[in-house]
Amino acid sequence: MTRPEMADETLFLLLHNEMVSGLYRAAEHGEGENGRCITKLENMGFRVGQGLIERFTKDTARFKDELDIMKFICKDFWTTVFKKQIDNLRTNHQGIYVLQDNKFRLLTQMSTGKQYLEYAPKYLAFTCGLIRGGLSNLGIKSIVTAEVSAMPACKFQVMIQKM
Amino acid sequence: MSRQAGRGTESKKMSSELFTLTYGALVTQLCKDYENDEDVNKQLDKMGYNIGVRLIEDFLARSNVGRCHDFRETADVIAKVAFKMYLGITPSITNWSPAGDEFSLILENNPLVDFVELPDNHSSLIYSNLLCGVLRGALEMVQMAVDVKFVQDTLKGDGVTEIRMKFVKRIEDNLPAGEE
Repeated sequence: MTRPEMADETLFLLLHNEMVSGLYRAAEHGEGENGRCITKLENMGFRVGQGLIERFTKDTARFKDELDIMKFICKDFWTTVFKKQIDNLRTNHQGIYVLQDNKFRLLTQMSTGKQYLEYAPKYLAFTCGLIRGGLSNLGIKSIVTAEVSAMPACKFQVMIQKM
Repeated sequence: MSRQAGRGTESKKMSSELFTLTYGALVTQLCKDYENDEDVNKQLDKMGYNIGVRLIEDFLARSNVGRCHDFRETADVIAKVAFKMYLGITPSITNWSPAGDEFSLILENNPLVDFVELPDNHSSLIYSNLLCGVLRGALEMVQMAVDVKFVQDTLKGDGVTEIRMKFVKRIEDNLPAGEE
């Protein structure tokens, strides 16, 4: 019975798309500029990330170190949310991690040409927040940014803030 | 090791929690953006509508159900197929109007409100109003205009959640000429 699970995903994808366009629609009709929309999406992601990680890690073993946590985000966390693992994780061992997803779920429904590249950031903000929120509940303060050079691949850069 | 062990069974539950939590974050954000609850309700309904008009395609492709012959059949498909497929619940259908154009969906438990408590200052917020929009939007795409609203809500202390659906009319005019 894999079908119902897939259906769940449809609902999440549609909700996410509508959140993005709903916020931008509201911004066009008056209050706030586009920069605020990105922040709002990021904040929503943050809340969801916090909630998810809390529920997800309640029966797991303690993490060894920062890298162990990042691996968990790339594998278990990513699989739960986006149905696949991160394809490549790189780090400079000084608090910067780059998570590369070659087929990012929230971009796969879009045209892969260059035409819509400029619209990609608003579909990544929620996920940046999701990572930041998840890490924050595991005791890691971070800044997360994303970049797309060719859809649907994208890279998330996590900069750990030492406390 | 234990991390690996728990994963399979948890995964399904987790992905529905993703939706629940995301929806919660959205409602919270809308409450910050709009001054009164009525505007939030309206916005949720509108977003639901936009989701509904897209969701119906996915539904028809996935479910393989054919054309419904009357509103009772539509009610059955909504409760037993659509709700089951997307939210994992099967609401019961009750309170048919004598004319057969109005019924209630009773949700014993509404997955959208799994982690929710309404604060006192949001007493007129219809938290799950997105669902009304989804139903309205989806049915409009199959030529049915309906009125959908919440009449009971467990968040507001009612025993169950009840969605009232009223058939308004068949939409005829957007069929291309010469096509049946």
